[in-house]
Amino acid sequence: MDVSLFIQFLINGIALGSLYALISIGYTIIYGVVGLINIAHGEFFMVAAFLTMWGVLQYNLPWYISFPIAAIITVLLGLLVEKVAYRPLRKMKTSAFIGAISVSFLLQNLFVVVFTPRSKPFPHPALLDQVINMGDVALPVVNIAIVLVSGLLFLLLSYIVTKTDIGRAMRAVSKDLEASQLMGVDPNRIISFAFILSTSFAAVGAFMYCSKFPYVDAFTGVIPGLKAFIGAVMGGIGSIPGAMVGGFILGLGEIMLVAFFPELTSFRDIFAYLILILFLLFRPGGIFNVKAREEKV
Amino acid sequence: MKFKVDRKTILTLAAAALLLGLSFLAENYLDDFQIRLLNMWGIYIIMVVGFNLIYGFTGQFSLAHAGLAAIGAYTVALLTLSPEAKQLSFFIAPPIWPISVLQLPFFPSLIIGGLLAAVVGYLIGAPALRLHGDYLLIVTFGFSEVIRLLLVNLPMVCNGAMGLKGIPQHSTLPLIIGLAMASVFLVKRLVDSSYGRAFKCIREDEIAAEAMGVYLFRHKMLAFVVSSFLVGIGGGLFANILGTVDPNTFKPYLTYAIVTMAVLGGVQSLTGGIIAAGVYTIMSELLRSVEAPRTIFGIDFPGIPGLRTLAFASMLLLLILFARQGIMGSNEFSWEKIGLFFRKLFKRTEGAENREHS
Amino acid sequence: MNILEINHLTMQFGGLVAVDDFNLHLEKGKIFGLIGPNGSGKTTVFNVITGFYKPTKGQLLLNEKEITGLRPDQITSMGLTRIFQNTRIFRNLTVFDNVMIGYHLRLKSSPAEAILHTSRYKKEDKASRDLADELLEGLGLSKYTSEIAGSLPYGLQRKLEVARALSTHPKVLLLDEPATGMSVEETTEMIQFILDVRKDFDLTILIIEHHMQVIMGICEQISVLSYGKTIAEGTPVEIQNNEEVIDAYLGKG
Repeated sequence: MDVSLFIQFLINGIALGSLYALISIGYTIIYGVVGLINIAHGEFFMVAAFLTMWGVLQYNLPWYISFPIAAIITVLLGLLVEKVAYRPLRKMKTSAFIGAISVSFLLQNLFVVVFTPRSKPFPHPALLDQVINMGDVALPVVNIAIVLVSGLLFLLLSYIVTKTDIGRAMRAVSKDLEASQLMGVDPNRIISFAFILSTSFAAVGAFMYCSKFPYVDAFTGVIPGLKAFIGAVMGGIGSIPGAMVGGFILGLGEIMLVAFFPELTSFRDIFAYLILILFLLFRPGGIFNVKAREEKV
Repeated sequence: MKFKVDRKTILTLAAAALLLGLSFLAENYLDDFQIRLLNMWGIYIIMVVGFNLIYGFTGQFSLAHAGLAAIGAYTVALLTLSPEAKQLSFFIAPPIWPISVLQLPFFPSLIIGGLLAAVVGYLIGAPALRLHGDYLLIVTFGFSEVIRLLLVNLPMVCNGAMGLKGIPQHSTLPLIIGLAMASVFLVKRLVDSSYGRAFKCIREDEIAAEAMGVYLFRHKMLAFVVSSFLVGIGGGLFANILGTVDPNTFKPYLTYAIVTMAVLGGVQSLTGGIIAAGVYTIMSELLRSVEAPRTIFGIDFPGIPGLRTLAFASMLLLLILFARQGIMGSNEFSWEKIGLFFRKLFKRTEGAENREHS
Repeated sequence: MNILEINHLTMQFGGLVAVDDFNLHLEKGKIFGLIGPNGSGKTTVFNVITGFYKPTKGQLLLNEKEITGLRPDQITSMGLTRIFQNTRIFRNLTVFDNVMIGYHLRLKSSPAEAILHTSRYKKEDKASRDLADELLEGLGLSKYTSEIAGSLPYGLQRKLEVARALSTHPKVLLLDEPATGMSVEETTEMIQFILDVRKDFDLTILIIEHHMQVIMGICEQISVLSYGKTIAEGTPVEIQNNEEVIDAYLGKG
């Protein structure tokens, strides 16, 4: 394969990797703070995209009005789900997971029933559809935008988590819930904050993702959600840098696999799962080797 | 003492015979739709008690059901279709040997399907059951999806995403009901035995169980392999009843459906599982009819797709929030309880009569 | 004969040495005490003996058979059982089930036989049930047989835990702070209970305790740990008068 083709794949891979990383972060923040695998995270992603699309298609709003409204609704939805479905089940891990599954299916099919089962085009600024040609290399603007926006968000997250009080409190709760309570941290406040962060990132990720893959339906969140989840586990679930790295590697790896072995394209998903399984069996802490909550003998 | 045991056994055998007799009658007098409902109920019973065994009694939350059912289903499909039918069906790539030439009668195929599922269960369980909680459920979910994706991507083995059609139906309602009863019997006997006690101890406190001499690996694997066998049998019957298989039937939704049934019935109750499987089957059909468009009194009602899953998801959420114990909690049906119930009933009526006379 | 021998046991977690060159020669029939401040490594020693940790270095012998690196269930089947510091009875199971589990490890019938209720299985099951009844009777727990274990008062739960351990037919019993949370009267009862159990079941006992009443009352030999190292060994009287021990620990009684 020639260099320009390789570069194109690489750029695509970096873009997809950044997108997965954005979503992976959502999983890992919540797991770190609540110990819950929020399997419905992909659905928050979908809600943001879907509502943005609906606002434009149904109410003729411009995308820059529709998206912020959709994002806010998504965040509120996340807080609602946390309060109603997750908080009562906080102590019971398996029941909490079952709760998350039901929320996931509920959201998917609620949108199918209330809105539409059909797939609709996603409204995004026309600029993103442009392609810049640098010699032989075709550079879609949307990819540039994705990398820029993700980069900014990662920096923002870094800042929040290391420099702000609430960010530090979040990390404390992640490490040791009881100790942080003794230090005066209100777990509900922190958990709500975690959900706000998580859903906001999902919303932005959704916008960027659907600008690149411009069709939305109630099930749009399933596959990116799953892939991002695998990325989070790969990086070490509970670790924010882990999620960024894991999600990114998974996205990049997926594209590069197709680049070098196009005949294996349909096996893409199998590879993702196999990586997941191998990590869980041999290095459950992921790349960043996050310690699982061990039982004391 | 001995007399009581005999009485219970006689009652149980009589009930079993009665059910089988009824299913023979049903096959001749009920319509296709109703028979299919009963068949599905029987199949779900087999799958749910499998889940009760591994999760309700042994405490291991596995999400591998869909994949294991797929193994049973595809085994039956591939073994019962004739070589000619296979050559015709295999659209993308011709079937490989020995699948292309093999054909077996139904019942052996079914058993082989169950055994293959058990073997796969062993291969999955050996590494996976070392993990706990979240990690266990993710890994088993992963395995289930890998199985499904392999089915999609290996067209020379199983026709990939096109699935297989025209699977000859050999099973009968009495057979399915019989197998359902046998599954319940199998799990009940196992759970009530010393091994079952070991399972429960593992569920309660793995570390203490190990300290009391319970070899964790052996017992977890026993529960998992038996559970996989049952799910495989259920899958095989599924293929037989539906007449077609394709990978989409074995998406995670199937696993969650079984989890829903188990939670609805009470994960520690086989009786609950039986009841919940019936509730699910009926609700599923009722809701399916709402999903399709229909004309009532000349008015066109458009179908509402997605309503079925929405209903079940809502139900599961409500259950897990407000009624985690399910219908039966951890109670089981027993002849003694029935006897007690009737005795109380008679006492009350006797008491009423006595008060009238005095 | 030394029923339990521990030679040069060292347990290291990453950089932390939790137990450093621990040695034990436990004579059959004796009651041996292991004391030391919190964090001195006592529970770690127990965890290694019972197979929950694999020792970094060292050798353990039970009845002159090597048990180093074996699984906990294997060690239990060879005759060494432990009682946990925080009661770990099976709270949601009945008292009877709690005691019956100890007989499972000696079951020879396969799962298939259990499902089919073969005559061998039925015989074994009956034998276990009779033994369990006897055990509960002997320990005064008979009238609670069908009760849910978690509903018993704390003292009885502790007794149940001992009963459960005894059902595994141990030759060596490890007691991890058996008198935790007990009043003076309860502790006196517990001491007598331990002595009775040793006699009736022909046991050798290894105890971790903080209660001086228990240690001085029944231990025949004591080892004192501090920061993983053994700082003293001897009879209760010797230990009581040992300067280093008093420094490290005994002031707290």
